[in-house]
Amino acid sequence: MSADSLPSGARTHELLSSRRPAKPASALSAVATLAWRAMLKIKHVPFQLFDVTVTPIMFTLLFTYVFGGALAGTPREYIQYLLPGITVQTIIFITVYTGVGLNSDIKKGLYDRFRSLPMWQPAPLFGALAGDVFRYSFATILIIIVGLLLGFRPQGGVLGVLAAVGLVLIFCFAISWLWIIVGMLVRTPESVMTTSFVFLMPLTFMSDIFVNLETMPGWLQEVVGRNPVTLLARASRALMHGEPAAGDVLSVLIASAVIVLVAAPIAMRLYRKER
Amino acid sequence: MAVSFSLHWAGRAHIFVPPHFQVAMPHAIETAALAKSFGETKALAGVDLRIRQGSVYGLLGPNGAGKTTTIRILATLLKPTAGTATVLGLDVVKDAALVRQKVSLTGQYASVDEDLTGHENLVLVGRLLGLEWRAARKRATELLEAFGLADAAGRQVMTYSGGMRRRIDIAASLVTVPEILFLDEPTTGLDPRSRNQVWELVRRIAAEGTTVLLTTQYLDEADRLAERMAVVDHGRVIAEGTSRELKASVGSNALHVRLADPAEKDHARNLIERLLGGGVLPATTEPAEVSARLDNAAQAGQILSALAASQIEVVHFAVGSPSLDEVFLALTGRPAEDADAEKEAAA
Repeated sequence: MSADSLPSGARTHELLSSRRPAKPASALSAVATLAWRAMLKIKHVPFQLFDVTVTPIMFTLLFTYVFGGALAGTPREYIQYLLPGITVQTIIFITVYTGVGLNSDIKKGLYDRFRSLPMWQPAPLFGALAGDVFRYSFATILIIIVGLLLGFRPQGGVLGVLAAVGLVLIFCFAISWLWIIVGMLVRTPESVMTTSFVFLMPLTFMSDIFVNLETMPGWLQEVVGRNPVTLLARASRALMHGEPAAGDVLSVLIASAVIVLVAAPIAMRLYRKER
Repeated sequence: MAVSFSLHWAGRAHIFVPPHFQVAMPHAIETAALAKSFGETKALAGVDLRIRQGSVYGLLGPNGAGKTTTIRILATLLKPTAGTATVLGLDVVKDAALVRQKVSLTGQYASVDEDLTGHENLVLVGRLLGLEWRAARKRATELLEAFGLADAAGRQVMTYSGGMRRRIDIAASLVTVPEILFLDEPTTGLDPRSRNQVWELVRRIAAEGTTVLLTTQYLDEADRLAERMAVVDHGRVIAEGTSRELKASVGSNALHVRLADPAEKDHARNLIERLLGGGVLPATTEPAEVSARLDNAAQAGQILSALAASQIEVVHFAVGSPSLDEVFLALTGRPAEDADAEKEAAA
């Protein structure tokens, strides 16, 4: 039988007479299944990992060698300061793809199928996020390996690094909800990208990722010091280098919780809303 | 027909059944004054439908008539602005979660993941519907085979042809067989061969007892598949019935005349109108065609000789039952294609 013809009627009869099971998938298994879908997408479109490999490596190399000499004497000195922060910035940039992916799925009509299935309705959002958190972890590990090769020596040891990575992932999970909102509001994946970067550029650059807070004018210190990205960068620097970080860690956790508590219900509302 | 009626009647006469025991089978789909507005735009302006269980029902109309909106409300993707809709007796707003257990939707656009293979897509849907991994994989393989996609099972859907894509889309709606299947323009953009395959599939699905509600712009498609159909225009049902009934509303026979010279069209129209005492159908976009409703076939002969006597040259002359295109034309005063153009101009 060629790939382009229908088989006998008897065969289809057998198939079409079986009915639906009484109970659809549980919320948890629906989320797990949709996370499996996200993994399959990475398998089939490895280019998806390009953003989470090339960009982080490029950023780390670029900023270490271009700014290193001027800012800290040598790149090797600078990377001790920069690496935790550049991890934060890179992963935050990658979170935008959550919104981009969601937007293109919705546009293609895939969410029509999901929404007409008898499952826990927000499952596709959580499934997509689970896949994204995997990508964030992948990128983080990569940056840290590159950093170690360039001479980054975290004084906090493995535990300190893991704690910092965990904190970054929590914060990035939280802000992903913002891009889910953007992804549902704008028309095209491209505009998700542009809209998000309008927020992200100032948010990440007006932080102490690249230079110490004390080097900035007083008024700017006020702003930058309150930016959650600064808090996150400072907390992960402290964790990686084994310095006290409890205050900043707590602030980041609170900021993450606030973002999720505000953004997630809005995202759910928009998701349930008709298109 | 007569036999079954009398048996039925006899049953009623001899065995007393208390009225409250005669549980009526709910309609597969029932809507009452269903309306939907998007801001200022009225997509639906009061749609009443009654669709029998196990039938194929067609929603027929041009782009923007309200067909897709109706289907999306019934599949719980949209909430109506006014009116009610029930699916197997379940309210689509109040009992949305239950409705979703009974229906499947194949939308106008590919509702499968193009990055995944055909097999993975069907496993995904199977899992979400509550099948175990093993059962979901088995079902996916069976369906791909049944839909003639076995060879393409391991290929990403983005590499599929239009016809294959449509089939994987419909297959995804049948991973577990729903009681009601919504197909939104299932053959739009397909070549004739693929279209025939989809038609054959719809017939087989319906033969197994699933109610199919399909929308189409192709009058021919509704004619071939649907037991009954509703013609929708500007968010309203403007006609409802079997294909035969709709055609009868235009006249039992239709005459089609194509002239050699388009300039003689008005002359021919007047002549035919005079002979029939009315009944000429509104002009189509065809420049040299005149169609008319006949009361009997004999009138055709009279018209042919009258045209010959007036020296109007005829290149094609046919008597047949009217096409649904003509039905649409007669009901709305304009051809279905014109309504499309109108919609595009407005957009």
